[in-house]
Amino acid sequence: MNQRIPVTELTSTFRERATGALADQQLRTNFRTAMDSLMQKRADAFPDEDEREGLRELGNRIKARALSQLPDLLEQLEANLTANGVKVHWAETTEEANQIVHSIIEARQGTQVVKGKSMVSEEMEMNEYLADRGIECLESDMGEYIVQLDHEKPSHIIMPAIHKNRHQVARLFHDKLGVDETDDVDELIQIGRRTLRRKFLEADVGVSGVNFAIAETGTLLLVENEGNGRMSTTAPPVHIAVTGIEKVVQNLRDVVPLLSLLTRSALGQPITTYVNMISSPRKPDELDGPEEVHLVLLDNGRSGAFADAQLRQTLNCIRCGACINHCPVYVRVGGHTYGEVYPGPIGKIITPHMVGLQKVPDHPSASSLCGACGEVCPVKIPIPEMLQRLRQENVKSPAEGPKVKDGGAKYSAKERLIWRVWKTLNTSPALYRLFLWGATRFRKLTPSNVGPWTENHTAPVPARRSLHDLARNHLSGNGSAKGGQ
Amino acid sequence: MSELFYDAAPNATRVAPPRPTEREYPDKPEEVILFGTCVVDLFFPEAGLDAIRLLEREGIRVHFPEAQSCCGQPAWTTGYAREAREVARAQLDILDAGIPVVVPSGSCAGMFRQHYRELFAEEPDTLKRVESLEARTFELTEFLLKVCKVQWQDAGQPTRIALHTSCSARREMNTHLHARELLGTLGNVERINHDHESECCGFGGTFSVRMPEVSGAMVKDKTRSLMDTGADEMVTADGGCLMNINGSLDKQKQSFRGRHLASFLWERVSGEGAV
Repeated sequence: MNQRIPVTELTSTFRERATGALADQQLRTNFRTAMDSLMQKRADAFPDEDEREGLRELGNRIKARALSQLPDLLEQLEANLTANGVKVHWAETTEEANQIVHSIIEARQGTQVVKGKSMVSEEMEMNEYLADRGIECLESDMGEYIVQLDHEKPSHIIMPAIHKNRHQVARLFHDKLGVDETDDVDELIQIGRRTLRRKFLEADVGVSGVNFAIAETGTLLLVENEGNGRMSTTAPPVHIAVTGIEKVVQNLRDVVPLLSLLTRSALGQPITTYVNMISSPRKPDELDGPEEVHLVLLDNGRSGAFADAQLRQTLNCIRCGACINHCPVYVRVGGHTYGEVYPGPIGKIITPHMVGLQKVPDHPSASSLCGACGEVCPVKIPIPEMLQRLRQENVKSPAEGPKVKDGGAKYSAKERLIWRVWKTLNTSPALYRLFLWGATRFRKLTPSNVGPWTENHTAPVPARRSLHDLARNHLSGNGSAKGGQ
Repeated sequence: MSELFYDAAPNATRVAPPRPTEREYPDKPEEVILFGTCVVDLFFPEAGLDAIRLLEREGIRVHFPEAQSCCGQPAWTTGYAREAREVARAQLDILDAGIPVVVPSGSCAGMFRQHYRELFAEEPDTLKRVESLEARTFELTEFLLKVCKVQWQDAGQPTRIALHTSCSARREMNTHLHARELLGTLGNVERINHDHESECCGFGGTFSVRMPEVSGAMVKDKTRSLMDTGADEMVTADGGCLMNINGSLDKQKQSFRGRHLASFLWERVSGEGAV
């Protein structure tokens, strides 16, 4: 699967990719239909507003508590997993994580890997890394399988192939697998299933993600709906779990509300079809399960977010995708426009810590700050506030020392000057009134082309008289135009 | 909430967290300050004047401090916190009089009530003044409904309207609920819901010029669903959205238009301007 152009080599900008996506009516219909349905499912899953808000507050507090003791919990997790027989590895970068995974596979002389769904492995571009070293990685999640067949990246963190409708999948299966073209969803799933079942038995190594890593018991919790996660983590002789350091929680009691928030926010499910809790490799008296279990804990910029008290909230994320499903920008441009592994609002706030703002300079700006994301976030990440903060870091000059990786990507002396002028105008009443007088008096001189604004609008023409003017006239009769100063 | 969840939580999170309580409203004051907002000042001044008239009709004396300009939101949302802070400080200075501040724009009222405290987080003395402003700030429809408890007679002809609420006004100020309730008291006004009503119109301040392609797609969808209602016009209590929606309609050469809610309400209750 190495014909694909790695995301890291993308040369187009967010706006260029957005322009392409916006012109694709099929894509827009696919996303609108899917997102409308997901929003409805979430709404139906939380019929009681008080219960929902109480649970969100609880989820927020549990994650905040876990993050407040993150280093300790990670050490505890390592100690308990090790005691359970699970080997724990630490990776600061995706390169290190890939090396660790590769060396585990090499030690077993493995050539075939079967993967359950894992966004962290996407973050690592693990498939490509291993393919370059002669190891075949097969995605076993149906959505992941579809995008892998088409040499694409996931367009959504929960539903990787959501940008395709069933007709497009039918055509893809026909083209790539040589099967008869069928629009029947069950038949399509059976086609994928037949291919994958064989692979589960043949694979040397199974790779999965982790939804919650429980420190107190040394347990890896994984939710899924297709059974592929259980197969990937139990059928092959080696299981490698990869996850970000922020997935650790204190104890199993913490998981109960978080799990409920996760499945209801993601797909409106009361619970997923499978909930896997992995605590150890096969024990001597057991008949099945992997001989080796490994956990790779990846940092990849997360500790940078962790170091900032405000931006740390980004790490509350439990990857439900609700912010993506409710985003009016995402629904129009789709996941691939973001150009990185995590799309949508969560992608906009987490990716800068991973790859740096220079690489995703438009991420903080690609939002109207409408707040739909923050409103639905099950762990109450104030996403608009995070975006707003990233904007601040993104317009800082190098001398001001931006506090986010490769910040200042949008620094412009000219733009800064414009805002200084704006500030002077709005802090000096005499100047402001002079401006109002000029703008209303010479309103006919308003240029008809005012940059990007006039791509979508006619130029706004000031009124004949400002409110300052009208109010002064109106209120002078009763002498109350003074107020304040 | 099933007890299971809270019982399952460890000590620190065992108790059901308190939900924020509804805002408590004061009795109708004798005088208020109108903060006009920069967009209304320059582009929709009639709406500001109509807001003054609506307040005066309730027997309230309205002050309009001449030194007011902008709440600072454009710079704040673009990332220029320092510039926003100085503009905000200038507004704080003129709104210090201790009487209620009424704002005919939900997002600007939200700026006072939610974001000034972020701007002045490191200035404890200023923060005290911000707290006072937060408590005294009301969005216009909120003030008319909850503080003035207006009882209106609809003096206008039967009409059908669509309502658009700015996102920050909706999420920070509950403006959609207040506007709906106010419009509901007008006997001859039929409010028609539009498709994806709660979705953003695409304005977002500088977002509209930083991301014109995406913003343009959003406002096109919004104008289409507004027009699809078959309503006579759209009303909104936010100048930014109004500028965005009307500017787009004009560009599309549509005759359908939006109007500021203050002007619409004044027309209904005064009978003035009704055709």
